[in-house]
Amino acid sequence: MEKEGDLIPVAALLQLDNVTIRFGGLTAVSAVSATVGEGELVGLIGPNGAGKTTVFNMVTGVYQPTEGSISFAGKPTAELKPFEITERGIARTFQNIRLFPSLTVFDNVRVAFHLHLKHDSVHSLTRGPKFHHEEIELRERTRELLGIFNLERVQDEPAKSLPYGDQRRLEIIRALATGPKLLLLDEPAAGMNPAEKVELMKLIQFIQEKFKLAVLLVEHDMKVVMGICQRIHVLEYGRKIAEGTPAEIRGNKAVIAAYLG
Amino acid sequence: MLPKSQLWLLLALVAAGVASALSRFLDPYILDVVMGVGIAITLASSLNLINGFTGQFSLGHAGFMAVGAYTSAMLTTTLGPKLGASPVLLQWAVFPASLLLAGLAAALAGLAVGAPSLRLKGDYLAIVTLGFGEIIKVLLQNMDVVGGARGLVGIPDYTNLFWTFGVAAVTVYVVWGLLNSTYGRGFLAVADDEVAAEAMGLNTTRYKITAFVVGSFFAGVAGGLYAHLKGYLNPGGFDFNKSIEIVVMVILGGMGRHVGVIVAAILLGVLNETLRSFGDYRMILYSLLLIILMLTRPQGLFTWPLWKKKAT
Repeated sequence: MEKEGDLIPVAALLQLDNVTIRFGGLTAVSAVSATVGEGELVGLIGPNGAGKTTVFNMVTGVYQPTEGSISFAGKPTAELKPFEITERGIARTFQNIRLFPSLTVFDNVRVAFHLHLKHDSVHSLTRGPKFHHEEIELRERTRELLGIFNLERVQDEPAKSLPYGDQRRLEIIRALATGPKLLLLDEPAAGMNPAEKVELMKLIQFIQEKFKLAVLLVEHDMKVVMGICQRIHVLEYGRKIAEGTPAEIRGNKAVIAAYLG
Repeated sequence: MLPKSQLWLLLALVAAGVASALSRFLDPYILDVVMGVGIAITLASSLNLINGFTGQFSLGHAGFMAVGAYTSAMLTTTLGPKLGASPVLLQWAVFPASLLLAGLAAALAGLAVGAPSLRLKGDYLAIVTLGFGEIIKVLLQNMDVVGGARGLVGIPDYTNLFWTFGVAAVTVYVVWGLLNSTYGRGFLAVADDEVAAEAMGLNTTRYKITAFVVGSFFAGVAGGLYAHLKGYLNPGGFDFNKSIEIVVMVILGGMGRHVGVIVAAILLGVLNETLRSFGDYRMILYSLLLIILMLTRPQGLFTWPLWKKKAT
């Protein structure tokens, strides 16, 4: 059994300090402190309604915390809009897949590359050589990224026509195209069969290594979380009840009582 | 060497110029209808950028058209002559400049209306633009400088085939150009899923405002053309029905389709003229058309391929 001293200390990329959010009289998340280190794969678990997705929404700027602060790469993210947070290097997927259904698979990824763009509306109209150069380059990068995940064969299909598992993967690829340092995955294994889950675990580990990313994973499936996460935070009723390695979490009495049963 | 799309634009402009030079051989009534169609293409394509491609719902296109129409008409009937511009100068310098200013005035109005309402998600824009259209109409009706409810008369007939189809070509080019780039795919992404678009780092508010302001700009230019085509402006002509007419073109053509919307604008432009004898009953036909269309072809009449059913 591992001890707490076995955890490798890493520079905190994402830091939540006593974060609380209230909706009217309801405290959805209460005084949660947590970190995700550079290049670390961290899990966030807890029963339904524990506040996991709310934490995600605060990190990505959809909600502003009522109290406490969140910082990313050493800078506070308060008052930033979701798109500004993505610019800083946090990308996410959604619990219910939110692709751009009528766009092609290719365009879903291409549009996410726009953060690397130098051109904008005016250049789209003048269409000079620099514009063309950049467009060709981005197309190439889109194709390359789709190729890594074997989705280039369906690149011209509308995203909504893909099978469920591919839609999940496409959503992850699209998030990668924004060039993140931290990837937030909201229940990526939901609705997958055991074989697909094994594939997904491999995919997440592959992405983490290949793109040198930190990953924060919200997931219900214990096999997935315990299988790949280096560290796990556990929430219950909006409070953090435990933190540790998978082995520690498995042995934690509070967690067993609340969740593992 | 110009990009292919710009060559097409150039070709369209030359064709409009040639057609314009030959237009004196055309029956004046038919010429009138054809120019009306050119203006309809501009209106429909520019609204298509807002309602079709970017997925917002504006009901105020006639309002922006009115802003442009009155701006342009005042410049050629009042300000231009006051400054001592000769008729030739009026037609070839003041009029084009007035079209540009008409567009800018409408774009400014678009910014004023769009900036607060487009920050919100949902259908606020429809209600705000609906109100805006009515306000413009009432304002114009009560402004004596522009003729009030009697209307503005004696506007010179400077609009010709070159201007109507030249502007239509530029509009189509701008809408097409904006959308056909990595940047431009953002408009479609915003239409598809705003929350996801924002999460991918797209400044959705900025995209929506850009679409709205560009769309309003061309509505304003179309208004200027309309003023110098009809020679007479009446605030009542820019009411809610006019906005709906343009919305119908966009829906009929298939929201967010370039060619379909142009075809629909032509069709309705011509239909408008042929149904003129029915007067107000025309709106009944519009309503019926919309209902039938929504029931049978929700993807639009001219969505390509024509026979393919929309996947749900």
